[in-house]
Formats: sequence, structure tokens, C-alpha cells
Amino acid sequence: MAIKTEPLVVNIGPQHPSTHGVFRMRVTLDGERIIDAEMIVGYLHRSMEKLAEERTWTQNIPFTDRMDYLAAMTGNLSYCIAVERLAGIEVPERAQYLRVIFAELQRIASHAMANGTFVNDCGAWQTPLFYMFREREKVLDLFEMTCGARLTLNYMRIGGVAFDLPDEFLPQLRSLLDELPDRFGEYEDLLIDNEILLMRSRGIGVLSPELAMNASMSGPMLRGSGIVWDIRKADPYCVYDRMDFDIPVGHTGDCYDRFVVRMEELRQSVRIIEQAVEQLPPGSHLADVPLNLRPPKGEIYSRIESPKGELGFYLVSDGGPEPYRFHVRSPSLLNLSALREMVVGQTVADAIVTLGSIDINVGEVDR
Amino acid sequence: MAATTRIGGAQLAEHIEAGVADAIEETAEDWVLVRPERLVEVMTFLRDDRELDARYLNALSGVDHFDYFEIVYHLSSLSHNHEMTVKVRADHDEPEAPSVVSVWHGAHLQEREIYDLLGVNFSGHPNMKRIFLWEGFPGHPLRKDYMAMPGGQSPGLRRFPKEDPEQWAGEFRGD
Repeated sequence: MAIKTEPLVVNIGPQHPSTHGVFRMRVTLDGERIIDAEMIVGYLHRSMEKLAEERTWTQNIPFTDRMDYLAAMTGNLSYCIAVERLAGIEVPERAQYLRVIFAELQRIASHAMANGTFVNDCGAWQTPLFYMFREREKVLDLFEMTCGARLTLNYMRIGGVAFDLPDEFLPQLRSLLDELPDRFGEYEDLLIDNEILLMRSRGIGVLSPELAMNASMSGPMLRGSGIVWDIRKADPYCVYDRMDFDIPVGHTGDCYDRFVVRMEELRQSVRIIEQAVEQLPPGSHLADVPLNLRPPKGEIYSRIESPKGELGFYLVSDGGPEPYRFHVRSPSLLNLSALREMVVGQTVADAIVTLGSIDINVGEVDR
Repeated sequence: MAATTRIGGAQLAEHIEAGVADAIEETAEDWVLVRPERLVEVMTFLRDDRELDARYLNALSGVDHFDYFEIVYHLSSLSHNHEMTVKVRADHDEPEAPSVVSVWHGAHLQEREIYDLLGVNFSGHPNMKRIFLWEGFPGHPLRKDYMAMPGGQSPGLRRFPKEDPEQWAGEFRGD
């Protein structure tokens, strides 16, 4: 007698610890294998783009904190650079260096979180995550010391940064920089050759370089698939052209490669911060920018390399005190473009690992 | 390493004219405006041309200009490290533009986003439905006239989407 089978629809999320926020995925299963997957987002949509059109250019900076709340500094930075390019504002050199230092500290915090939750999804329950939280905590302490906030920082300003460094900052940063490479070595000892991690993430969620480029992937997703592309090198902003660092890339484009790329980027970030601290010039930290800023009529698309990928802002000005159009090119949303292609053919447990390796932040997906 | 170079409008128009005839509507300093009916042809040409090599779609944005909608495509080549901008316009009353999902898979979610928030319908898109808001949400919030919708309809939430409409009839917004 023939067995009659039919596909089973399984709903994952929106409230689920492994979806990293309110993200929902509806997968159709044939036995254990996924034959179709659909992502459903919008649970965290706060209509930031509409709100931003009714506020002045400066008032919009705090919105960018609340997009990718695990990397608020780079959200601030990308928006401020876009407005500065649109309005033709020169940023003092010291502010440029401070921006690099804080953006790279933020990358360490964000990648630590990404890798910690990724190995959590792989089944290394909580211990590696809390090791990584230990270092993230120290970075957040530095943020708190400088601007008073730990998560929604609002530290960048159009024309520079809000505050200069407090006296205790540099000694504490130096001791952190001395400590971090040893800590990263610890993670690598614990995880890079870990049999369980290798079994769970090798060959899972493979993304070919052709699809990665065609689907507008960016950041560690693109580099994990072997494409050498980093906006910090290719289109340098701030003073990244004076920094010496490498771009780590993967070979096969699976979840493990993306994990290793992020691991290596942690080390590269430490290298960049060391150079920036060494070269840090004295001077002003904020340019003289009119309070009621009115950039000339025009439009700009400006992008930076955020921890998640290419974070771009498309701003249109009609010469008024508010942006006419404020559009965010969000790396978290676009890195989900190929989710279906990556998870079809896998099991549900592998789909969770794949989603973890994409490192989405739903605040940025939905905006 | 050198910074990304920008291919200006005139240079881009020249290239496009050589590949796809009669496709340019307008040329500006930084961008070219393409006729909607030739858009997919132009985009395929830009992607496959070896010199332009626009294999990477950076961003796809929509802007409401009251009389028309403008869809802006920011393209770049990762191997040549240059960028270019192409625009297309859609009518305001019945906005429609051709979908470029067949050219770049990355356009899929962004076209859905523009459809959701601005109401531009992309013909040929495999899954043209709202992405952030639920089906049945009145209006498209990023339109400039969102607060004054025709037909006396008020924008935004009247009730939660799964709520029984009978129960709250006449309670809110004076209806």
C-alpha cells in the first residue's frame, strides 16, 4: 500500500529566541526537508522614514540609533556622513579619528554579539555567549564614559562628535586593547576547531558568490562567500585610508565561513583602533554647523561599512530644514534577500543556524 | 586604495545609447532617466556590459514628487569600483514601473518595500504584496499626501487588524 504524504507548514516566530527579535519565518516541510520558506517581517516597523521627513536634519540622528540598536554608532555615523556630504561640511581631523575609534569599538561589540548568539544557535548554550558579552560589556563601559549611554548612543553630530574624550578614556581603552587579542585567542581555542561547531555549521546555508552579489548581500555575508569587498577600503570615509588592515574572506560561503570572517574582523578592528589612537591629533571635535541646517537642494546616496554590511542613506533635500526624503538602505533587510535560496533543502535546525549566521537586527530590518 | 569613481550622467547615457537605442528620456549631471518600457532591457545591458559591469544593486529607493514617483537605482561594479545612478518615473495616479527582479535578485524585497510604503506597483514582480504593513492597511504612508487621502478615508489605524469591526463601530475617529 502506498503511503500518502503531504507537506507540513511550520511557523517559526515571531516570538522565538532563535529569530533574534520579532522575525517570522514560515517554512513548508516535506518530511524533514524544507521545500519552501517565506519570511514575514514588519512586527517592529516604526515608520522612521515618515517620521524623519517631519523633523530637522539634526533631530533625525537619534532615529538612527534605534535602527540597528546593537550598532548605534555606525548608524549615527552613516547618517552624519551623508548629511555632511550633502551640505558640504568639513569635519575636524580629531573628530574623524574619534569616529573611527568608536565605529571600530562598535564593530567589536556587534560582532561579539553576532558570534555569541550564532554559537548559541548551534547548540553551545550560553557559555560562549557570556564570554563574548564580557568583552562587549567593557566596550559599552567606554561608550557610557564618553556619552552617557550604552545602547542608544546619539554620539555623532553633523560636523563631528558630541563630546571629546574624558581623561580616563585612553588609559582604559589601552588596557582593553592589550587584553582583547588574548581573549580572542581564547574564543578561537574554544570554538574554531570545535567539533560540534564544525559539524553544525560547515556546509550549511551555502551562499554562492554569484548569488551573494546578485542579491545585494553585503558585509560578512559577501566576504564569507569569497568576495573581497569592504567599503572601508574600496570607498574610504573618515580616515580609513590611513589605516592598515586586512579584509578576511571565506572560501565556501557557508555559516562557518561567516563566523570565521567575523572572528577575524574582531582582530582587525583592534589593529585599526591601535593605529587611530597612536595618530590621534589634538584639536576641535566638532565643526561649527548652523543649528538650523538647510543643505542645498539636491540628493545623495552615501554608504559606510557597518558591522552588518553596507549601511547607506539616500537623502533628498529641497533646501528646507527637514529632509524631503530619508531612505535607509538597510543591510539587515537585504541580507535576508537570499534566505529562501539558502534554507531550501535543509532541515529546520539548519535553517535556524543559517538565520543566526546572517546576523540580522530586526530593528534595522523593519525600521 | 582609490575611492569609488562615479560615472556621470552624460557618460552613462552615451554607453546606454550604444547598447540600447532610444531608451534615454533625460540626462543630468549624476544620473540618467530611462523610459519605463525600456528599463529591464537597459538594466540587463548595464549588468552584462563588461565595461560598466553593474552587477551590484546598492539601493533602490522611491521618492514622491507630487506629480510623479521617481524610482532611483544606485548601481555599482565591485570589480571596477565605480558607481552610477539610473532613474525611472511613474505616473502619480496609477503608479506602475517594471520590476527588475529578473536582473537583480536583491531588488525583490526593496520593490516590495516601495510598493508597501509608496504604492508603486512593479509589474512582473513574483510576489507583489506588502512587506511591513498588513494587507488592508489604508493608504501608503510615505506618500506626501498621506494625511489627506481621497474619498474621505482617514489614514492609519482605525482598529487593530484582527479586532472585530462590529464591536468598535462608531467608537473611534467619529465614524
